[in-house]
Amino acid sequence: MDSLQSYLVIAAILFSMGIYGVITRKNAVAILMGIELILNSANINFIAFNRFGGMANLDGHVFSIFVIVLAAAEAAVALAIVINLFKNVGSVDVDDADLLKG
Amino acid sequence: MSNLSSLSYYIPELIIILAILLVIILDVIPACKKYTFSLSLGAILLASVFLWQSYGESHGLFMGMISIDPFSHFFKMIFLLSTFSIILISRYEKQLDSKYSAEYNALLMIVLLGMFLMSSSINLIMIYLSIELVSIPSYILAGMLKNDKESNEASLKYVIFGSFASGLMLFGLSILYGITGSTDIGVITAALQTIDYPLSIYFPLILILVGFGYKISMVPFHFWTPDVYEGAPTPITAFLSVAPKAAGFAILIRVFYTMFTIDGSVSATLPLANINWPAIIAVASAITMTLGNLLAVQQEDVKRMLAYSSISHVGFMLMAFTIVSPDAVRAIMFYLFIYLFMNLSAFYMAIFASNKLNAHHIDDWDGLGKRNPILCAFMALTLISLTGLPPTAGFVGKFYIFAELFKHQQFYWLAVVAILNSVVALFYYFKIVKSMYLVEGDGAHDKIVAHPVVNWSIILFSAQNLLFFIYWEPLIGFIEKSISLWSG
Repeated sequence: MDSLQSYLVIAAILFSMGIYGVITRKNAVAILMGIELILNSANINFIAFNRFGGMANLDGHVFSIFVIVLAAAEAAVALAIVINLFKNVGSVDVDDADLLKG
Repeated sequence: MSNLSSLSYYIPELIIILAILLVIILDVIPACKKYTFSLSLGAILLASVFLWQSYGESHGLFMGMISIDPFSHFFKMIFLLSTFSIILISRYEKQLDSKYSAEYNALLMIVLLGMFLMSSSINLIMIYLSIELVSIPSYILAGMLKNDKESNEASLKYVIFGSFASGLMLFGLSILYGITGSTDIGVITAALQTIDYPLSIYFPLILILVGFGYKISMVPFHFWTPDVYEGAPTPITAFLSVAPKAAGFAILIRVFYTMFTIDGSVSATLPLANINWPAIIAVASAITMTLGNLLAVQQEDVKRMLAYSSISHVGFMLMAFTIVSPDAVRAIMFYLFIYLFMNLSAFYMAIFASNKLNAHHIDDWDGLGKRNPILCAFMALTLISLTGLPPTAGFVGKFYIFAELFKHQQFYWLAVVAILNSVVALFYYFKIVKSMYLVEGDGAHDKIVAHPVVNWSIILFSAQNLLFFIYWEPLIGFIEKSISLWSG
């Protein structure tokens, strides 16, 4: 189990689950959870490549730490936007946000 | 260059960072609140002075994280000019609540800092960080009208599309890192020369293109554009349609030209030469401009129509991107610079109309030509330029792109598509001209006068379209100096 391949498979599964979540979910919070899955699958990739790829430096680890920080910032902003939408529209369902179209 | 010695080449960015912090601090002190507006404008002016002074220098800063070179300087001037103008005009926009003006200006300057980094980053970590630094404040700016349902919806759509696209790009970057073993795009280029399976690079390449394509709103990653542009406050729409798009092109050009070319041309010795990315871009370009134009025709809302028209302009710029040569980069940069003036003046006119008449639909512009003849004449000039007809700078910009396409004798079909598209563009831009001049209004014939700042912004930006038609030589010379990076 301790090989690059198994980590890449896990990352690929998480990535696909994230995309599936974003595409099928109607709840804005669930969509954001799908996006978090995608970001974390990339994190697993970075760390696995750095650990098993024989890289000279720790670029992959550093990258994943930055991604974690950014994911938190993005989630904070996105949730604030969802709360604001809930106040005005009374729903967090993305189907109810249908004023702009054409 | 080490971190400490890098700082002396990093003064424009440091000024902007200091100004952001000062604006946020002054905002909480009631007596100082009124100075935040002039402080932000002053900081941008000061940053441009320092930027102008350091033009021509070329350094890799912060241990190879970002690169200061004439190419990024050119884009930084576009960013400074557009941010300055947007901060100025936002003060005279009626929709925006002046209570939040300090936060608004601070967020705009954070985006400005992000775009500075975007145009100069040469490391995958910096590329991702800077794209997010531009995106996250933009989500907030799009939803700045807190009690407006359309603005809420625009920011929700923007945040979902934006973080999804950047997530896909991040996954692509992680695979690229795994294949090449480095995050520095120079080292990645070297590693790609000796790669065993060139096919494996397709997957990360396409995922990265999703991230960049979303930033420049290239079809099929454009779905957020019309909704966000319609719902966001008009100054923010104007800003998003120009500055982050230019930043997206800067990073697209830098990454593709560094990774997949040698000295600015596709070399046969490169194992990656069999990856025909110009063909991928050519198809994307044709679809982008056709879809943008066809959907623009049926729009009734002025902002939404300009959103689709901006998508089609991206298609035009991508057309030059299919040719791998420094001259093609020159054509894109020239077009971007012209596009800045055309688009900003068109959106400022929309701000004027919505301020004075509460006009959002094209019908609301009926008879405007009699009520403010001067501004409407300049608006007509802007629309001619957006179409790409002489005597305007838009014609010169399109001319350079077509010239590249014919010079390299590739993708003739793309030129045909582009010419047909110009005809469609003529139709919907002139719907506005028709509404302004040929349709009688609802009886009101009193003159409407714009606030001097709005008035002169429209006139100055629109007049550039004439100026650069007659006298574009200095601009092209300046751009040629800026791309010496690839032309050697």
